[in-house]
Amino acid sequence: MLSVLRTMWGVFLHTFHHRVTVQYPEERAYLAPRYRGRIVLTRDPDGGERCVGCYLCAAACPVDCIALQATEDENGRRYPEFFRINFSRCIFCGFCEDACPTYAIQLIPDVEMGEYDRQNLVYEKEQLMIDGPGKYPGYNYWKVCGVEIGGKGKGEAEREASDTDLRRLLP
Amino acid sequence: MTSPHPFAAILGVLIVALTIASGLIWYERRLLALWQDRYGPNRVGPFGLLQVAADMIKIFTKEDWIPPFADKPVFVLAPAIVIVTVLLTFAVLPIAPGIIVSDLNVGLLFFLAMSSLGVYSVVLAGLSSDNKYSLLGGVRAAAQMLSYEVFMGLSLMGVVVLAGSFNLVKIVEAQQKMWFVIPQFLGFILFLIAGIAETRRLPFDLPEAESELVAGYHSEYSGMKFGMFFVGEYLGVTLISALIAILFFGGWLGPFLPPIVWFFIKVLFFISFFVLLRASLPRPRFDQLMSWGWKLMLPLALVNILVTGAVVLAFR
Repeated sequence: MLSVLRTMWGVFLHTFHHRVTVQYPEERAYLAPRYRGRIVLTRDPDGGERCVGCYLCAAACPVDCIALQATEDENGRRYPEFFRINFSRCIFCGFCEDACPTYAIQLIPDVEMGEYDRQNLVYEKEQLMIDGPGKYPGYNYWKVCGVEIGGKGKGEAEREASDTDLRRLLP
Repeated sequence: MTSPHPFAAILGVLIVALTIASGLIWYERRLLALWQDRYGPNRVGPFGLLQVAADMIKIFTKEDWIPPFADKPVFVLAPAIVIVTVLLTFAVLPIAPGIIVSDLNVGLLFFLAMSSLGVYSVVLAGLSSDNKYSLLGGVRAAAQMLSYEVFMGLSLMGVVVLAGSFNLVKIVEAQQKMWFVIPQFLGFILFLIAGIAETRRLPFDLPEAESELVAGYHSEYSGMKFGMFFVGEYLGVTLISALIAILFFGGWLGPFLPPIVWFFIKVLFFISFFVLLRASLPRPRFDQLMSWGWKLMLPLALVNILVTGAVVLAFR
């Protein structure tokens, strides 16, 4: 009997507790910078596409929501012809971001993607691409990789030693 | 003495009672939310008050389905009984001096009779649904009502002895010097417990018992028939709160404020208490409920009558 009264008193004291509900549209919960929300495609600091169309994100995706087709431009630089993410399937696991070798695909702390029409959740490259470099401001894949593209030959990348002359006999 | 304008009184009591009952949908949800550190419905209209309107529109436009295996006439009649019996009891409640529909000289007995009739609603609903969960709910309701009806009546006899009348107005007027809750504290506790069981509110909502019996006796009900059970339940809560205020807390009596304000303050206090019970207490097992009713509450009620009668006789 005493425990009944004590329970009632304890519940009554909750009148003076603060309420835990976050009144969503007016006040919003803080989302950490590394929060895994909407997926974006980022660009190099000089504005070029980072994605090289390696398909690793599509392979890593556990729900197969990423579809892309790689192609090459006249300089031999690979880029995706189309890049499509079906956000009605995406589970925001971030595996694609982990798999990406060029920091192209990134998850950002934005979760407000509600739609009335399911078709509108299929994002094409135009919707995915952002103008900036995202979380890695200085990184430029094509400047540091050893691959030969138009305007950059072998051994001309940043922090790359020039090619060894095989005919020299000096050590 | 009946009110000088009987039709105005009837209309007033009906409108106020039904408004309070539907307002309780909102009030209970907000209060439960407060005690669970939430906000509850606060979006529709000011403070979410129009939630009641939204709920009513929803419940009126829902499909009102009668299962083909149900006993149709009884099935339709059952939800009406609960509303009718509770609303009839509101007729004998003295709200303030002069504001009463029918100043019955056996008002208290009328209330007890009507609350006994109210159980038919639940039992018939459970029986006519032809569903094992409904039937279990109905059976539980019958047993619960039987055992709690007995000491509910007995717990009020102390008040009757002190006031010397079954008339609710006389009972209120007899509390000018002292509220009956002080000399009749045991009777108050017993009536409170019986009242909760009578309205089938938590922690005595065994006929409904969502966690065991789907929704108990109204599992098969939908639309406004289901709504009638709910309005009936909220009307019952209002009624029991009003009766507690009238019988033990001096009804409209109180200083400074007008009588009707005092009455509503007291009723609202006990309604809030009912919600607090729902927010805090778990449901007892069925055999516990029965054994408390018969082995603890009934003897206590009898002792209460005996002692009250002896004291009143001794000081006569």
